[in-house]
Amino acid sequence: MSNPMSDATGMIPLPSDGQSKLSKAMETLIRTILPVVLALLTSVVVLIVIGKDPWFFYGEVFRYGVMGNGWQQTIRLMAPLLLYAAGLIVVFRGKLWNLGYDAQYLLGSVVVAGFSPMLIEVMPLWAAFTVSLILGTAAGAAWTLLPAALKARYGTNEIITTLMMSFIGIGISNMLVRGPFQNPDIHVPQTRVLPIADMFPQIPGTRIHIGIFISIIVVLIIHLLLTRTSFGLRLDVFGSSPKTALHVGINSPQMIIVLFILSGALIGLAASVDMLGYQGNLRANINPGYGAAVLPFVFLGRLNILTTIPFVAFYCILDTGGRLASLDSGLDTHFLMIVIALILVFMSVIEYFGVKKDLGQSYLPPGLRRAVTGLFEKGDRA
Amino acid sequence: MNARNEVATPSDTPVVSMRHVGKAFPGVIANDDISLDIRPGRVHCLLGENGAGKSTLISILAGMQQPDTGWIEIDGQKVNISSPRSAMDYGIGVVYQHSTLISTMTVLENLMLGVTGSAFLNRTSARTRLKEISAMLGVDIDPEAQAADLALGQQQQVEIAKAMWKGSRVLILDEPTSMLAPQAIADLEASVERLTKDGIAVIFITHKLREAFSMGDEVSVLRRGRLVATIDDETLAGQSEEKFTSAVLAAMFGDDISTIGNRDDVELLSGAKTATKVRSKSVPVAEKFMLHLEDVSTASTPTEFGVSDITLKLRAGEVIGIAGIDGHGQSALAEVVAGQVRATSGTVFLDGGDVTKLGVRARQELGLRYVTDDRLHEGIVGDLSVALNLLLKQIGKLPYWKRGQISKPDVDAEATRLVNDFEIRTPSIHARAGALSGGNIQKLLLARELSHQPTVVVFNKPTYGLDLKTVNRVRKIVKDFADQGGAVLLISTDLDELVELSDRIAIISRGRLVGEVENNSQDTAREVGEFMVGSAHSEGNHV
Amino acid sequence: MIDIFTTAFIATFIAGVIASAIPLVLGSLGETLGEQSGVLNLGIEGMMLFGAYFGFVTTLETGSYALGLFSGTVAGVVMAVLMVILNIWLGLNQIVIGLALTMLGGGITSVLYFSTYGQTTPRLGQTDLFPIPVLSEIPVVGSSIFQQPLAFWIALVLAIIVAAVLSQTNFGLRVRAAGQNPNSLDAAGGNVVRTRTYSALLGGAFSGFGGAYLALITAGTFTPFMTSGIGYIAIVVTMLSRGRILWVIASSFVYGLSVSVGTVLQLTSFDLPTDVIKMLPFVAVMITLIVFARSSYVPPALGVPYTRGAR
Repeated sequence: MSNPMSDATGMIPLPSDGQSKLSKAMETLIRTILPVVLALLTSVVVLIVIGKDPWFFYGEVFRYGVMGNGWQQTIRLMAPLLLYAAGLIVVFRGKLWNLGYDAQYLLGSVVVAGFSPMLIEVMPLWAAFTVSLILGTAAGAAWTLLPAALKARYGTNEIITTLMMSFIGIGISNMLVRGPFQNPDIHVPQTRVLPIADMFPQIPGTRIHIGIFISIIVVLIIHLLLTRTSFGLRLDVFGSSPKTALHVGINSPQMIIVLFILSGALIGLAASVDMLGYQGNLRANINPGYGAAVLPFVFLGRLNILTTIPFVAFYCILDTGGRLASLDSGLDTHFLMIVIALILVFMSVIEYFGVKKDLGQSYLPPGLRRAVTGLFEKGDRA
Repeated sequence: MNARNEVATPSDTPVVSMRHVGKAFPGVIANDDISLDIRPGRVHCLLGENGAGKSTLISILAGMQQPDTGWIEIDGQKVNISSPRSAMDYGIGVVYQHSTLISTMTVLENLMLGVTGSAFLNRTSARTRLKEISAMLGVDIDPEAQAADLALGQQQQVEIAKAMWKGSRVLILDEPTSMLAPQAIADLEASVERLTKDGIAVIFITHKLREAFSMGDEVSVLRRGRLVATIDDETLAGQSEEKFTSAVLAAMFGDDISTIGNRDDVELLSGAKTATKVRSKSVPVAEKFMLHLEDVSTASTPTEFGVSDITLKLRAGEVIGIAGIDGHGQSALAEVVAGQVRATSGTVFLDGGDVTKLGVRARQELGLRYVTDDRLHEGIVGDLSVALNLLLKQIGKLPYWKRGQISKPDVDAEATRLVNDFEIRTPSIHARAGALSGGNIQKLLLARELSHQPTVVVFNKPTYGLDLKTVNRVRKIVKDFADQGGAVLLISTDLDELVELSDRIAIISRGRLVGEVENNSQDTAREVGEFMVGSAHSEGNHV
Repeated sequence: MIDIFTTAFIATFIAGVIASAIPLVLGSLGETLGEQSGVLNLGIEGMMLFGAYFGFVTTLETGSYALGLFSGTVAGVVMAVLMVILNIWLGLNQIVIGLALTMLGGGITSVLYFSTYGQTTPRLGQTDLFPIPVLSEIPVVGSSIFQQPLAFWIALVLAIIVAAVLSQTNFGLRVRAAGQNPNSLDAAGGNVVRTRTYSALLGGAFSGFGGAYLALITAGTFTPFMTSGIGYIAIVVTMLSRGRILWVIASSFVYGLSVSVGTVLQLTSFDLPTDVIKMLPFVAVMITLIVFARSSYVPPALGVPYTRGAR
């Protein structure tokens, strides 16, 4: 019998036997949109409970995230987050958990923030950009090496090792900001600020920088790699069963290492693009926490980069608008974390019912059924 | 409820009666209107090939499944067996085909799992109960032994003790002999006889006719979910084995009997007669060794044995059978040959060349193939199409992939050819492989492994769990491959199969080859069995 | 330079080790209960934060430490109920749900804290100590080890009880069976879902208690995300201890040591940045993982939802 979430992490979509394409499409739409809707509705309840005005809050989210210049901010944020999503999709398709994304992102950021002001002084701008991007990408990739090697060599649980490496990496990036990369001119622990002129050029009249094009191109290449090549097929085999992969002769240790490096590299690249295109410097103890935020959406997009794009766009609106709306409403910005957590929960639950429906089984979960009937049996047993 | 106080003479009042029991799963009707009486003090054999519905019927009695229609009566009272616990409370004990012992726990801990009603573990009373049951079964079981250290026959005794723990009146044995050595089967028969003398009803599931004839007091035959024949004790007692065989075969297969094979094949397959070697026409065996293992060892895992110091030489045109209790290093042996597991010491030679350091793909290129026993989780990727699964080992290779891109026409053409050649029944080559039946998945694996010039093939339990028609077909494929000069390493827990197909049979125990029998006499099975039992005893077991 | 060999200093050091170790001991006991029964609780970080926040609020409002610890424990159970429904009853992916629970715990407590205490950032006072007669008179060790709050003694007693329950009771045997081979437990008439449910709820209670201990006794206050990875370390401790309670306690104290050593180094002439001190325990864990890479072991059925008849 199939495990509900193995399909929710949807390597390959189930075929539609005896169902019209339209109704199948409707169902997919429901399965992907409904969790978001339910999470937003629940968050409205949460807002009411803690005495905030949900209409005001979500009005502000829309106002800051879409209206005025908001949409430009949203697109600006999509540049790193699309790469981030691709980084997660690559490992998740291999059923590996890279949960060290925060450190990979921050190390990418700190390396670019630290080195690019120096690079710009010694080489032409385009060369400085290139070297910075490479450094940031390499930093993200490097931070996955130890967990990847441990997993490949000894099968050590990568969830734990990447999490531990995450805490260490965050510490190191803070140390770098406070230490060698600290802006000597000011007392606040932060790196030197890149002058606008030394950052990615923007589309005239907007605040959208060329990072979005880099992002789209890279993401499309990754998409083709995953869906059109023999590497992608090998990855899918590996993801659906490491045992089959071994049997078929796929070099699993190599696959693990390649996937982790690719994942870390894409996350590092995401950080570099945002640093060169928008942030311009890094302060200590800042952790944007994009990884956990993007995570549910790559699952909702069924680990397909193209279908994930609209979800990333949605999150970027929520993030851009939500941070400002939180300020206006007197809310902690971690409110968004609750929304994300709710999406994860509703996504899993709806997927569960969807799989039950596909299998033509009872909607009542066997566990619940047994627990309930068990309660009634208990009496005559003693 | 206490079996030990029952009258010791067989009574005609049934303990358990199934009435019009039906159970359907998506796509199959597993049980269809089955009514059956189980009477005390008798062995009731349930016969039927794989997929006939025996297991479903048992799981309904065991409380694992609920019937869709019909009901069960115990002592004439309609009851609802809602869970394994309630089956136990009704006095039904089950020994499942696959061990349910927890290997990391001791025998006593395993037995105490079913204990209820007290908060603390009571080891003293558990020991006492074990002594009682051991006496009843006529065996001696060490309560402190780790379940993993027991030989299969002993494990089964523990399972029976577990099933009898709460004083069962009905004992269900699900294919208990399928992996046992002949000697262990004799021990089991003795235990069963003692139990029936105590008035306990035994339901004995098997697919071997000769066992049903020799052990059964009553026999019921299932076919495609229906009860097609019941032979009561009087009839059975007065019947000759020949007549019994004809009657049961007719019931088991109906008109399909001719599609499976000739009469001899069918009798052999259904275990009606003792297996003999079928590869009688001796193929001239080449002198050169196609596969040669020299002192090969692999690492053990907590759940399964690795292999230790295995030396094995296999020539072209030869079939070496590997007999032994499941989990004693068979998988490690297959995998170290295939290159899926690294040898910690020793050398693997393929066609004279040292391949110890080579990986799976490189060995495939050299003509080595492995037909795995874990068809569903290792052999195929269920979510991929039949076509891709057929070419799973060619990913990235010409002509099916060109510059990293799949060449659809080449893949489809090859897949279509294989589907036709091996008669794989699939709606299309683009259908999900996971949706195929077990037999067709096995044919898919055989098609994949036996194409592209194989020279040495390892078959791991190639017919396990298949319907007899496919079994016959698979055995023929193995035989043909060897007859055409292929070298075969045949790993099986089915002794009949080994005797039929092998030239020599080596016995594996605890990861070591403990003996070898030349398959050239009627005594092969007994000799192999002696090694299986002997080795288990001599390795210092706790019995 | 501070003389690190004064008795007062050593006493403070030992007390510091204990104060940092106990929340981890409790968290690891909770995680052990879950893992032994086959449930991977990756949301323990969120549970501990829940326990910490609600324990903190209760003690702040009522002044009672006992009530605070109790409500922290209840908060842990409340979140465990959610986990039981999603992971055990519905059989959803335990990693995804674990991440969600971590975010939920972190998000909710931080939003609540911000809106209620964000401006005032209140602190709690010192708890009453519960010295052991005679032993607490011993110099150095007496004041550091044998003068602890009552909660410390409760935690130690609980650890012994968990060890006893796992090895000596029918429930403990069933818990281990559910983690090793749920099919066997089912076939033996045990109820896998119920066993796992009780085990996970107990685990939630321990995690909540551990979180409350962290806020009320170790830190004396609540700050958002104050657990900063202790929950994850508890998972590692659990994996390496494999259900052996003595190992849980021992490795938790090693953790406490690595936390306190950092503080000591900072107080001495070594000018160690705070970032390094925060990293130290994680570096220690990572080194342990590398050294024990081969032997990290989890129950075979860990993280696998149980479906009867599925193989």
